[in-house]
Amino acid sequence: MSARLPLLFEIGVEEIPHWMIRPALGEMERIFRELCEANRIEPGALRLDATPRRLVLRAEALPERQPDREELVLGPPKSAGEGAAQGFARKNGVTVAELSVEITPKGEYFALRKKMEGRAVREILAEILPEVIRRIPWPKTMYWTGKGGPTFIRPIRWIVALFGDQVVEFSFAGVQAGALTSGHRRLGAKEIVFDHATYEERLEKNGVILSAAKRRQRIEAGVKKLLKGSGLEWVRDEALLEDIVYLTEFPTPVMGRFDERFLELPREVLTTVMRHHQRYFTVQTAEGGLAPRFLAVMNMKADRKGYVVKGNERVLEARFTDAQFFWQVDRQKTLASRLDGLRHVTFQAKLGSYWEKTLGIVEGVKRLAGWLGLDAGIAERAAWLCKVDLMTEMVKEFPELQGVMGGLYARADGEPEEVAAAIYDHYLPQSMEDPIPRTVYGQILSVADKLDTLEGCFGIGLIPSGSKDPFALRRAAQGVVKVLVEGRLRIDLKQAVEEGMKATGALFAECGDGQTQALWEFFLDRIRYYFRDVRGFAYDEVNAVLAGDWRTLPDLESRLYALKLVRQTENFEPLAASFKRIRNILRQAGWQGGEVRAELLEAAEERALHEEASRVLADVRRLRASDDYLQALAAIATLRPAVDAFFDRVLVNAPDEAVRANRLALLGGLFHEVSSIADFSEIVTTTTTG
Amino acid sequence: MDSYQETIFKLKRFWAKQGCVIQEPYDVEVGAGTMCPETFLRVLGPKPYNVAYVQPSRRPADGRYGENPNRLYKHSQLQVILKPAPADVMDLYLESLEAIGIRLDQHDLKFEEDNWESPTLGAWGIGWQVMLDGLEITQFTYFQQCGGVDLDLVPAELTYGLERLVAFLQDRKSVFDIEWVEGVRYRDVRFLEEQQFSVYNFEKADVKMLWELFRLHEAEAQRLVDEYRALDAEKDFREKSRFPLLAAYDHVLNCSHTFNLLDARGAISVTERVAVIGRVRKLAVGVASCWLDQQNLLERQPAAEVQA
Repeated sequence: MSARLPLLFEIGVEEIPHWMIRPALGEMERIFRELCEANRIEPGALRLDATPRRLVLRAEALPERQPDREELVLGPPKSAGEGAAQGFARKNGVTVAELSVEITPKGEYFALRKKMEGRAVREILAEILPEVIRRIPWPKTMYWTGKGGPTFIRPIRWIVALFGDQVVEFSFAGVQAGALTSGHRRLGAKEIVFDHATYEERLEKNGVILSAAKRRQRIEAGVKKLLKGSGLEWVRDEALLEDIVYLTEFPTPVMGRFDERFLELPREVLTTVMRHHQRYFTVQTAEGGLAPRFLAVMNMKADRKGYVVKGNERVLEARFTDAQFFWQVDRQKTLASRLDGLRHVTFQAKLGSYWEKTLGIVEGVKRLAGWLGLDAGIAERAAWLCKVDLMTEMVKEFPELQGVMGGLYARADGEPEEVAAAIYDHYLPQSMEDPIPRTVYGQILSVADKLDTLEGCFGIGLIPSGSKDPFALRRAAQGVVKVLVEGRLRIDLKQAVEEGMKATGALFAECGDGQTQALWEFFLDRIRYYFRDVRGFAYDEVNAVLAGDWRTLPDLESRLYALKLVRQTENFEPLAASFKRIRNILRQAGWQGGEVRAELLEAAEERALHEEASRVLADVRRLRASDDYLQALAAIATLRPAVDAFFDRVLVNAPDEAVRANRLALLGGLFHEVSSIADFSEIVTTTTTG
Repeated sequence: MDSYQETIFKLKRFWAKQGCVIQEPYDVEVGAGTMCPETFLRVLGPKPYNVAYVQPSRRPADGRYGENPNRLYKHSQLQVILKPAPADVMDLYLESLEAIGIRLDQHDLKFEEDNWESPTLGAWGIGWQVMLDGLEITQFTYFQQCGGVDLDLVPAELTYGLERLVAFLQDRKSVFDIEWVEGVRYRDVRFLEEQQFSVYNFEKADVKMLWELFRLHEAEAQRLVDEYRALDAEKDFREKSRFPLLAAYDHVLNCSHTFNLLDARGAISVTERVAVIGRVRKLAVGVASCWLDQQNLLERQPAAEVQA
C-alpha cells in the first residue's frame, strides 16, 4: 500500500455560462473516475466545486503509486529441457533460478512471474488531467488559440494541478499547469500561493467563495438582513437563486427602490422585467402585494457608496418606463379591433398566418365545448382573441408574456372574465411542473391551440424525429394529456384527433389516414410517458389499461388507480397469470366468439365458474356504469378460486367439438368482459412492480 | 465629469496605447461596427491586426423620433478588434473602463453569456454582454466565423455602446441630456437627425424605390463577385490582384442597409425576411471568400510586382 496524497485540480476559465456549470462538474467527476479506473487508481473521496471562473476537482487521498502487478510470462515446455530454460531466462534478463514451473492444461511449462512495478500516479495524472479537460462535453464550444486549436466552453487562462506538494506537469492550449490559483477579477490577486489546507481560505481572502452552498447561504443571509424590520418579504425564486449562485464568485445582495407610480402596471409585467431581464428578486408586502423594491445580487463585497444600487435603479426605471409606454399604447385599441392584423403574422410558412391558426383553434374549441356542454360563445370569443397579443408592443418586447398580456388586455377591454382568464392561461402548461389553466375554458383553449399546432404540423409532415422537434410538438402533446387528465375533461381524445385531422385534410391534400395514425400513436407515447414517468404508475399497469376500451383520459386514470390498488390484493396476481393462460388458449384455438350453452357444461367446476362469472360480471357491469373500477376489479378478483378450480379439473381441449367450443366460449366471454377494463394479461406477474 | 467626446478621446487613446490603429468611421451606412471592412474583411486570413474606431450605426427600426430616452435610430459604437486576442484581453478591457473613470471597486461587473450571431454576414462568435450595475455596456465576442469562413486567428471584438455608457457616467436618464462638450447637449447635436430619419424610415420611404435599390446593389455586388471568380490566377494575375472587391463589399453594405429600411417600413413579411437575409448573406459570403483568395494571391507575389 503506497502513501496517499491529496490532488487539487482547478481549470481557470473566462466566465462560463452559469447554466452549464453544474452539468459540467458532474461530467468532470464521471470522466475523472473513469480514467482512474482505467489506470487502476482508486480515486477515493472526491469533491467538486465551481464558480463562473473555475472548475475544481479535489481528491482527498490518491495513492502515490499504482499498485504493483504480477505478470506471468510462459516460456518453453518443461520437457524442452534445461537449455531451453536458460535461453528463456537470458531473454528476460533473469537467471534460471528465478523461473518457476507452471502447470497448464497443456502440460508443465517454464514460466517467469514478472513483477510490474506500478507507475507514479503523478506521471499518470499528467496524462489523465488534460484528457479530463478535453472530454468535458459542452453545449457549444469555441477555439481561441487559432484554427484547429483545442476547444472548450471559454478560453482557459490558468490551470492548477497540485498532487501532494508537487505540480503535475502538463500543458493544455498553451497553458502550463502550475501551483498558483487566481482570485476574483476585482477583489483578489491574480496569482495566489496556497496549499491544500489553505486553498478555500486563501480564495475567500481573495474574493472567491468556492462552495456554491456557501454562496447561496451568503445571499440568503444578506437578503434577510436587508429586509429585517421592514415588514417586507422576499419572494423566493429557486431557479433565479441557482442562476445567481453560478453567476458570482462573491455574491452580496443589495436592495433598491422604484417609483410607486409603476405599481399601476400589472404585477406580471413588473415581475417579468425584474426577474427575467434584470435577474432581480421581487419583494412583497405582508398582504402579498408587490412592494416597490427589488433585490439585486452583486458580484462584489459591498456597495459602500451606493453606486451599484443607484445604477440598478436607473436601469430598472428605464425598463419600467418603456413597459409603461407599451401598456398605454397597446390599450388604445381593443384586441378585437386588431384581429385582422393576424393575417400578417406568419405562424409557419406552409400552415399560414396566425389568422389561419386562429380559425383552426376556433373550430377546435367549438367541438370541445360541444362535447362538454359548455358555453360555445365564451369558448369561441376566447379563441378568436387568444393570439392577438402577439401584435402588441409589450409582447414584442417581452415575448415570455404572450397569453398573459392577452388576458390582461382582454380584461381591460371589458371582455367577460372567463374569456380573459382563458386567454391568460392558454399557453399553460409549458412543462410537466407547470399548473394547468385554472378554468375549464382556459383548459379547452389550451387543448385546442396545441391540438391545432399538432394537427397542422403532422398534416404537412413536420413530424418530430429523434432530438429534432423545432415546433416543440412533444411538449404540446404532453400538455394536452396533462390538461385532459388533471382537468378531468371527459373528451374522447381519439375522436378529437380524428376530427381535427379531417379538418386539416380538407386544407392540405397530403394529410390523410397515415398522418392521423401517426399523430394518434404520438399521443399514445405521450400518454404512456405521462402516466409512467410523471405520475409513477408501473409500465405494465399502463399497458393493461391502454389495451382496454377506455375513451377519455380521466377514465383511463380511474382504471389505473383501481388496478394499482387491486393489484396489491392476494388474489390478483394469480388471477392475472390465469388470464395470460386464457389469452394464449383463446389465441391458439383461434376463438372467434360464441355464447355459452348451459346444457353443454359437464364438469362441476365449469358449471361453478359459469355461475360465478355470470353473477360477478353482472356486478361488474353495474359497477362500471358508475365508473367504480375499484369495486369492479375487486369483484373480478373474487373469481380466482373458481378459475383455479376450473384449470385444475377441466380440460379445455375436450375431444367433443361442441363441449370444447362451449368451454372456449366460457373463457372467451369472461376474458373479453374483464379485459375491456384492463387487459390483465399485460400484467407482469413474475416480478412485483408498481 | 467627462464630456461625451472626452470619453471617446480617452477610449481611443487607451486603445492607441495598446497598439491599435485608430480608424475613422466608415462612410457607408452600417447597422453595426462589425460590418465595416475594418472588421469584416480584416478578421479574415492569418494577418494580425489591431484597430479601434467609433462607428455611427444605423438601425432604422430602432428609431423613436427622438422621443424615447434610450432608443436611437443612429447610435455610436466604439469598436475594438484585437486579432489575435491576447491572453490578457479581459484585463485590458477592465483597464479601459478604469481609463474612462469607472472605479471598478465601487461598481458591480458581470459577464453574462451572450453569443453573437449575424445571419446577414454569415458570422458568429462566442462571448458575453458586460453588465455594469445592471446595465449592458459592452458586447465582448471571440469571433469564430465570418463570411461563412472559420477564422485562422481568433479576434476579440469589444463593442462599447457609447451613448449608454456616457449616460451612465454622466448620470443622465436620457441619452439626449448627455453633455457632448461643455454647453452642448447630445440633443442639440442629434435630435433633428433622429426625428427626421424616423419620419422618413417609418412614414416616407418609397418602398418601390427601396426594392429597386436593393436589387441594383445586389446585382452589382453579384456581378463583381462573378467577374472576380472568372479571372484566372495566373493569366489574369494583375487584374485579379487589383480587382475592386472593396467596392463589391460596399454594395453588400448598401443591400443590408436597404433591407433594414424596408424592414422598418414594414415591407418585409416574416417569411420573406428569411429569404432576403439569405440573399444578403450569399453576397457577404461571396465577397469574403474572394477577399481571402485575393489576399493569398497578394501574399504569393512580391509587393514590388504588385505595384508595378
